[in-house]
Amino acid sequence: MEFRSKSSSVVAVKAYGGGAGKSKVSMYLVAPEADVAIEDFEQYALDRLHVLIAIEENRSRGKRAEDVEAAVMDLWRKHMRTVQSDDLLQKDVISHFVLRLVHCRTEELRRWFLEMETALFRIRFRMESPELQKAFIEEHKLPYKIISAAEFDGMKEKLAQVMRASGQGAGLVGETAFYKVPFEEVLDLVATRKVYIHQGHAYVPREQLVTIVANHFRSMLSQALVLTNRNWTAMFAAQEEDRLTPILEALSKRYLAPDYSKSASGSAVTLQELDGLAMRSFPLCMRHLYLKLQEDRHLRHGGRQQLGLFLKGIGLKLDDALAFWRGAFAPRMPAEKFDKEYAYNVRHNYGKEGKRTDYTPYSCMYIIMSSPGVGDHHGCPYRHFSPENLHAALSGMRLSPKSIDEVMEKTRGRHYQLACAATFEGAHSCQCDGINHPNQYFEQSRKFLKEQAEKATEMETDS
Amino acid sequence: MGADTEDHMEVEDHKEVKVEAVPESRLVYDGFSPDYLRIYYGRLFPYAEMYKWLSYGHDGKHPGCDASIMGRREFSFTLEHDIYIRYLSFHDVSEMEATIKSKCPHKIDIGALYNVEPAKRTAYAGGSDRVFAPVERELVFDIDMTDYDDIRTCCSGADICLKCWPLMNIAIKILDTVLREDFGFEHLLWVYSGRRGVHCWVCDARARRLSNEARSAITRYLTLYKGNENTTKKVSLTGPALHPALSRAYEICRTYFEEHILPNQELLNSEGHFEKVLELVPDESVRAQMRDRWQDNRRASVAKDGISASRWKQLKQALESKKVTPSVRRSLEEIIFSYTYPRIDIEVSKHMNHLLKAPFCIHPKTGRVCVPIDPQDCDNFDPTNVPTLAQLLNELNAEGVKGGSECRGNLLLHSPAFCLPWPDCLA
Repeated sequence: MEFRSKSSSVVAVKAYGGGAGKSKVSMYLVAPEADVAIEDFEQYALDRLHVLIAIEENRSRGKRAEDVEAAVMDLWRKHMRTVQSDDLLQKDVISHFVLRLVHCRTEELRRWFLEMETALFRIRFRMESPELQKAFIEEHKLPYKIISAAEFDGMKEKLAQVMRASGQGAGLVGETAFYKVPFEEVLDLVATRKVYIHQGHAYVPREQLVTIVANHFRSMLSQALVLTNRNWTAMFAAQEEDRLTPILEALSKRYLAPDYSKSASGSAVTLQELDGLAMRSFPLCMRHLYLKLQEDRHLRHGGRQQLGLFLKGIGLKLDDALAFWRGAFAPRMPAEKFDKEYAYNVRHNYGKEGKRTDYTPYSCMYIIMSSPGVGDHHGCPYRHFSPENLHAALSGMRLSPKSIDEVMEKTRGRHYQLACAATFEGAHSCQCDGINHPNQYFEQSRKFLKEQAEKATEMETDS
Repeated sequence: MGADTEDHMEVEDHKEVKVEAVPESRLVYDGFSPDYLRIYYGRLFPYAEMYKWLSYGHDGKHPGCDASIMGRREFSFTLEHDIYIRYLSFHDVSEMEATIKSKCPHKIDIGALYNVEPAKRTAYAGGSDRVFAPVERELVFDIDMTDYDDIRTCCSGADICLKCWPLMNIAIKILDTVLREDFGFEHLLWVYSGRRGVHCWVCDARARRLSNEARSAITRYLTLYKGNENTTKKVSLTGPALHPALSRAYEICRTYFEEHILPNQELLNSEGHFEKVLELVPDESVRAQMRDRWQDNRRASVAKDGISASRWKQLKQALESKKVTPSVRRSLEEIIFSYTYPRIDIEVSKHMNHLLKAPFCIHPKTGRVCVPIDPQDCDNFDPTNVPTLAQLLNELNAEGVKGGSECRGNLLLHSPAFCLPWPDCLA
């Protein structure tokens, strides 16, 4: 695989080799040649990650295999949807390869990815029709052959005997199709004498074939992961340090932020509260935007999006949001102009216009990756501010010099989200492990302050 | 080995060495000495054939062959005073011959084919993808009579006799069938270990390339007997039917059990013996029934040889009756398998880097040559009549200066398989 930056926002993915498969399930031998927008690069991977994590959760809850399968296929259809149907395979393959990059670097990551992807493959392959399964095997030149009727007749008795011996009931034999595979592919069946072997071939029912193909998939992926790691480290890690590496690193933490599309506490935030909340519980990026908005009575598009969606996430209702923005712009802009030119966008963010997508507030990753230009105030201060400006902003938050130093140090090390966490710690004097989403900062802050308030009232009533 | 005549031997420098008539026990030891061994290696050891076997056609004579193959095969020697040297290798047959002749090892082991010359292994290591590792190795099995000590009443420990030897024949027949019919292997070499067991070398290319996991799986496929002195029932058959491989093996086991093992080991003759058998019957009423009848029969006029046979008939009848539960009926097969089914040393077969004694070595404790066995004719193989070092040297002497060719021919005649060309060339 190769990456070229066409522009900072597009990744060109080039594959070696070619050939597309007819079946829906892929062995991911070859990466597609495609231009991938960087948002899709991350989003596709996130969607797939949802499915993989669901597999892990379902398995750990001890659900029956059929239930796990049903749940996973459901999630697969939900998350891996695309606008056009022929993009489906593209998204499948691209998301797999992005996650491959994410999970190639350490043994633990590789092992997890291998387990989950093999389970996913197994589920999807099993759902395929026998014809497609056969086509898949032929296409990949796997050494598994379905046995002819004549062959079957010759060994029917022995096959039935094996079934009975391993407690599987001979009734299955008449119905199941049998495949002839090299015995090396079913060693656990050989070891426990659960399969009929003759002249070096094992004769397995179609059910078993799924396991065999899945094992094959696993060993191929295992080798590929090692290669990917080698290639990435040797060729791309350096040049992608600022662009793709942060995305990959974030994905590897497997944090799937709650959407924050609905406020977690359920309670709405009123206009009157906003000011106080901004000063105490907003992360620096949002606080900065809020203050700039007060100062300039205006924000450019990027800032309006970043702050606007954030506000939606904390529970600001549409009507209040319209009032907020109208009011914020008011000194410089008559209400009619606002309604004509800006109200539409606010309504659009809330899913009330056009496509009616209920947009989710941006995650830290997304914000870090953005590129604010002249006159913009969005982005991540730890990333995009000059050290002097950042220092000033932190002082504005009334952080102690010690806290500020810690934050600056993390920033120098380019650990932007840890810097934000350190800011949180400085502002709240409580621990924070890492911030992955501005709304997370907000919610943690609210929670902490609420607990403080409760403790204070308790102490008052006691004394 | 009964050589109680005087043996004269001529050594190269015409010094006569006399071996005097000595008591049995001492003769065994005297049948093996460094001097005799030197002559054996000098005149009789089949270097060319051994080399031809292990190079599998890569003998450097045609294009496309890998001349490095022999140099990457590990050998180990056990020298006098139990000095052990590993990681030996030879670039060609003359080097192998010269080294063996000069070092005169008491035992030669053959190991795996590695990715680099064993002698250079330390230089190679260091680096995650450069590890000294085995690349190919024959699939091997080792069957040792001491693993059957709990069912042998004729001998124990290192001794063997013609009464217990049939256990080896059972093992040879069953393993040979499984390896050929079930796994499709063709080039099997069976060798007498020189004292109390047999080895099997599976030399097909596919076998040589098996992973450790595959070797372990094949061995488990062949394993039925599990347990030690603490467990009573060591063969446990579950399920309403036997796997085809086991039902096929059962036919072989049953025949040998009734014709050889039962009478030879006098399994039901005395109370001490038959109690052990009855332990395997999971039905107290049957056990009690048998005990009553057999204790009464003690004074019967049945000839000694017939006792076990007739008692076995009675037991079989009781177990095959329609009145008993399936698990009791099953115990008939379990008994037979317990007393006959092959017992393989899994550790020997599992690892590619395990070293195994080379054919045509001389066993230091017995002086016997580790000769190949023909599995089709194993019933006629007599381990007590295997050529010994002393006998060979005798023959050599009698032949005069012909160089030992006839003698050597006799050695190799034991193994038509060993001399066949190996069609895996360049595979």
